[in-house]
Amino acid sequence: MAGSRSFLRRLREGDEIARLVTFLFAVSTVLVTLLLILELWRDSALARHKFGLQFFFTRVWDPIAEQFGALPFIYGTLVTATVSLVIAVPLGIGAAIFLAELAPARLSDSLEFFIDLLAAVPSVIYGLLGVFIVVPLMRDYVQPGLKNTLGFLPLFSGPAYGVGFLTAGIVLAIMVIPYIISVSREVLMSVPRDQREAALSLGATRWESTWKVVVPFARTGITGSIFLALARALGETMAVTMVIGNTPTISASLFSPGYSIAAVIANEFTEATGDLYLSALIELGLVLFLLTFLLNGAARLLIVMTSQRGAGTANA
Amino acid sequence: MSPQLRWRKFVSGFMLTMTGVCALVAVSVLFFILGYLVYHGGTSINWSFFTKLPKPVGETGGGMANAIVGSAKLLLLASLLGVPIGFLGAIYLAEFSASKVAFVVRYAADLLNGVPSIVIGIFAYSLVVLPFKHFSTLAGGFALGLMMIPITLRSTEDFLLAVPRALREAAMALGASKWKMIATVIVPAAYRGILTAVLLAFARVAGETAPLLFTALGNRFWSPGWNQPTASLPVAIFNYAVSPYEDWHRQAWAAGLVLLGLILVINIVARAVLARGIAVPRA
Repeated sequence: MAGSRSFLRRLREGDEIARLVTFLFAVSTVLVTLLLILELWRDSALARHKFGLQFFFTRVWDPIAEQFGALPFIYGTLVTATVSLVIAVPLGIGAAIFLAELAPARLSDSLEFFIDLLAAVPSVIYGLLGVFIVVPLMRDYVQPGLKNTLGFLPLFSGPAYGVGFLTAGIVLAIMVIPYIISVSREVLMSVPRDQREAALSLGATRWESTWKVVVPFARTGITGSIFLALARALGETMAVTMVIGNTPTISASLFSPGYSIAAVIANEFTEATGDLYLSALIELGLVLFLLTFLLNGAARLLIVMTSQRGAGTANA
Repeated sequence: MSPQLRWRKFVSGFMLTMTGVCALVAVSVLFFILGYLVYHGGTSINWSFFTKLPKPVGETGGGMANAIVGSAKLLLLASLLGVPIGFLGAIYLAEFSASKVAFVVRYAADLLNGVPSIVIGIFAYSLVVLPFKHFSTLAGGFALGLMMIPITLRSTEDFLLAVPRALREAAMALGASKWKMIATVIVPAAYRGILTAVLLAFARVAGETAPLLFTALGNRFWSPGWNQPTASLPVAIFNYAVSPYEDWHRQAWAAGLVLLGLILVINIVARAVLARGIAVPRA
């Protein structure tokens, strides 16, 4: 229809103007994203040139001597994210199975409503509850308890401060569970019905049909939801800053206070004196950006793959 | 029933019950958070929390009036930046775009959506704080607005695309130009969805703390104009919670209750708006 009218006519009717205006707004999104990457790259140049790859393998973080190594922060980020996934993945997938396979549609929808609200709770609120509830609980009950039962493992040794890797991981787990549930539920619900029926008709119990047929079918999508949660856990700032203890240490013990990439940026950015210090912090930001960029991309790909597979079989 | 079958039935029943327990645990966290905040915040909140400035360190009492106004100003700026770009960008994607451009814009929006909020803070710092040589409301609003763009853009586009084709064709058949069709038919038909998208984006950035730490910074006094550091509710909660003072902890709870209440109410309103459906009969 556009081709049948001349450009001038469309211009007079305002279509070309509307097109141009909305185009500019749409493209500004792209420009701002490119600018973000460019700024991170440019502003971290000083640290990148000075330390090179050594930046990732150095344990020392000494602003006075201008020695900056990212290892303790990368370690802290990875450890807390791992702890959070160990807790959140079974819980989240279990809850998603319940919502998608067992709960009646109305119950499932209303529970999903609460899960969505939970995902909307700001991270500083999780931090607030972390500081005043989780930390004392960990110090007085959980950590001594773990030490008495599993203390022979290096993971659960050392003094119980309350703050540390384990506490940060637990708070993160609570934060990412809603993401795992929402996405996994969607993915499980897109598994075609005949898959379930086939398994049941062959004599499988309800659980066997769920665990051996439905979940494997949705595996890629569920993995996607886990990647999404991981990206979220790696980039989370406030809740971690408030409970991790903010000490750059590398320790096998999960009770030990630590530090994460996001937390060190949050705490030291305004105090960074000297260009090199600031540049090192921005390089940490760049690392964080790249990590989450890769994970988010992979997650989207996996989720799309599963829903297409479900749609494809449904039509076949 | 053979023992083996009985065992399989037992496993099935047990595991399915466990999934129910998982769901129960996940949902009860929300009620626990709400209950705890209402309990602690409710006893700490009072009139002066909304009307007074913070007291100097060591004195009890005072409030967070400046943080409430600061948050309102930051969110106003954020909406002024994020909503037009998100909304008009979505119209381009849904109505005008060539598919290659649309792919790039969507990709950029998804990328921006996944950027950790602290990194957005760094970006706003280099782009707004450094040139102006000032921590400011402007820089904080810019950081939050940036985060609103992808959320508004992507969900608005979805709602625009959901408008039935018959409506477009009817408008075109009556001889309306394309932009007239968009302005008088498509946007009004999708307005509930668009409103939901904007409200959810607003609620999402209202609680963001990390991007404000080194853009809006914080302030114990009023922040006149737009070019001064300003207090905001999320940053105030953070600073008060990690402080060593009992009275500040009390105020952190109160601020937490106000912030969470605001965000949950916006979320529920947004979903209620959407639940009443798109006002047009489906083709």
